[in-house]
Amino acid sequence: MSQDYWNYIFIGLSFVLYIGIAVRSRAGSTKEYYTAGGGVSPLANGMATAADWMSAATFISMAGTIAISGYDASRFLMGWTGGFVLLTILMVPFLRKFGKATVPDFIGDRYYSKLARAVAVLCAIFICMTYIMGQMRGVGVVFSQLFGIGIPAGVATGAGIVFVYAGMGGMKGITYTQVAQYCVMAFAYTIPAIFIAIALTDNFIPQLGLIGDYTAGAKESIPFLTKINNINTELGFSEYTSGKMSKVNMFCITAALMCGTAGLPHVIVRFFTVKNVRAVRSSACWTLLFIAVIYLTAPTIGAFSRVNLIEKLNNTSYSEAPAWFKEFEETGQMAWVDKNNDGKIQYSGPAKSEAGTSSPFMGSKPVYPAYDAPKEQRIGIHGERLLAMKADMTNPNELWFGNDIMVMANPHMGGLPKWVIALLMAGCIAAALSTAAGLLLVLSTSISHDLMKKIIKPDLTDKEEVRYARIASFVALGVAAYFGINPPSAFIAKTVAFAFGLAASSFFPTLLMGIFSKKMNKEGAIAGMLAGISFTLGYIIYFQFLGGKPEQYLLGISPEGIGCIGMLLNFAVAFLVSSFTPAPPQEVVDMVESIRLPDNPNDEGDSAPPVVH
Amino acid sequence: MSEQPSELHCRRYWQKNITLVMILLGVWFVVSLGAGILFRDWLDESLPKVGNAPLGFWMAQQGSIICFVIILYVYKHMMNKLEGEEGFTSKK
Repeated sequence: MSQDYWNYIFIGLSFVLYIGIAVRSRAGSTKEYYTAGGGVSPLANGMATAADWMSAATFISMAGTIAISGYDASRFLMGWTGGFVLLTILMVPFLRKFGKATVPDFIGDRYYSKLARAVAVLCAIFICMTYIMGQMRGVGVVFSQLFGIGIPAGVATGAGIVFVYAGMGGMKGITYTQVAQYCVMAFAYTIPAIFIAIALTDNFIPQLGLIGDYTAGAKESIPFLTKINNINTELGFSEYTSGKMSKVNMFCITAALMCGTAGLPHVIVRFFTVKNVRAVRSSACWTLLFIAVIYLTAPTIGAFSRVNLIEKLNNTSYSEAPAWFKEFEETGQMAWVDKNNDGKIQYSGPAKSEAGTSSPFMGSKPVYPAYDAPKEQRIGIHGERLLAMKADMTNPNELWFGNDIMVMANPHMGGLPKWVIALLMAGCIAAALSTAAGLLLVLSTSISHDLMKKIIKPDLTDKEEVRYARIASFVALGVAAYFGINPPSAFIAKTVAFAFGLAASSFFPTLLMGIFSKKMNKEGAIAGMLAGISFTLGYIIYFQFLGGKPEQYLLGISPEGIGCIGMLLNFAVAFLVSSFTPAPPQEVVDMVESIRLPDNPNDEGDSAPPVVH
Repeated sequence: MSEQPSELHCRRYWQKNITLVMILLGVWFVVSLGAGILFRDWLDESLPKVGNAPLGFWMAQQGSIICFVIILYVYKHMMNKLEGEEGFTSKK
């Protein structure tokens, strides 16, 4: 049976499952629409949150990033999991006790100000929008590869599916669909890793294989990490286990990712779907466990596939290269430029050239001649696909591959059965769809609840509000699909990474002070938020878009990590301003008192978060 | 509403909660930003390896994540216990 059939079967079955679940659990009231009625079990909510959290970018590119940068990529591993610790012990139990549906709700009430609420709504919309654009693009790319349709048609198909079950089902629908999606993702991620671990290290637990011995091919077995370090240094890369990023930069980026995670509105709102504060803690514990399954596997996939890729391709002549290399060449995810005309693929790092570069061609992504160009412009003498750009002759490296390739190519490289590859495709789509659906929901609530009901039109009825939410999600999806088809160049990828810095410098300190300080007032909070976010945004814009040079970095911190400094600035400004301005009113102090305590034991059955009117 | 926990209980609950959070955040910092980044060179060189992996590298890529899960489990367990002690547990 051909690969296509397997793909259709696996993806088709998973879709039937998702849509079936969505139809069965569709939302009837605003309460169900926003927070699934507050009655989801901690285990199910934990799985759903994990699926929400694992975006297509994490699922596909993280292992590739680890493969390329080794130790340096630990910042993502620690940042994105460590943030959950902050989220759980500092944020969600208290926000859940507060008991309203959204994060801007909390900021608006705690800081008794419409302005604060409006700033929070804008931040939430901005963060979610940049995210969802990237997801729609991801869905489009996968669909277009699968069915051989163009990316625009792929994005449109994906958008339609997300709308059906997020727009219709609301939080209740997507929560149960995400449970199914997590299972698909977890299998799709770990099964190829297990096969490869057996092939390379003779150990069926990838995490043990990573710290075990490399047993494939060699006469005697050597430690796997020694093997990968040797490969790296031989080819002119820095040692896999050492990395080359400066300590202060690494520290700041990791801290910014951690605090950013704890301030992301679409993750916080997930914990409003469980029954009470006790269930929130247990649910967060499950979430991190489910995320850890994937995050502990990612470094093993990265390391194994790097060894596999180099062993299979380096110094192999093109005519003998494995079939998958040609397939990925066709889709533009790998490219080969025969600089020395010997017909062999040579791969090398920056240390092998005097200029310190390692790009095979000029530019950052391969560009190909048009399909109707003459044959000799498209296909080289060895049968390889030619590029439209010039070769970069300052270094000997001839091989280019995208970050995404490691996870997708892994089963091909390991020679795994076809159904594993199909499962991976299904997992990839599950990752993109689950995150897109979760974001879409937060986006539509921000607009219908926080913007329409709380600021513009307070006399909205329950029914009208759900209708507005559905319209908002339709519009938001349309906008996201548009940008998925016409991405504003590298802008999206950059802003997604920076969204963490922005969340760290705005939401995180404001929420934290709102819970742990009774003295913090609206003047302090608003001044702090504005100071933090404008400093961070200014720094990012200066270095990314106005041509600032790395030598000018403040303390050597790159724009990715500046959110950490922005956060400190937010705290400093907020405390300074609040010490000059009047203390918050008594009812706000009482509210802070009450969210600090767990549920009242005598209240009947721990009420679900009411959507208060 | 007669069995509402007293003000003393509430204050003690919050104090203990803060202490627990501070301890856990300390551990959180040491295992991730500490062991994985700040002191990793020292860990790599002077402490025993995990399998074949230098300790600092292993902490950054695997160990810290395992510790995070344990931290959250301890938090959940301790908080549930604390709520019981201070009379916040439901008497159903």
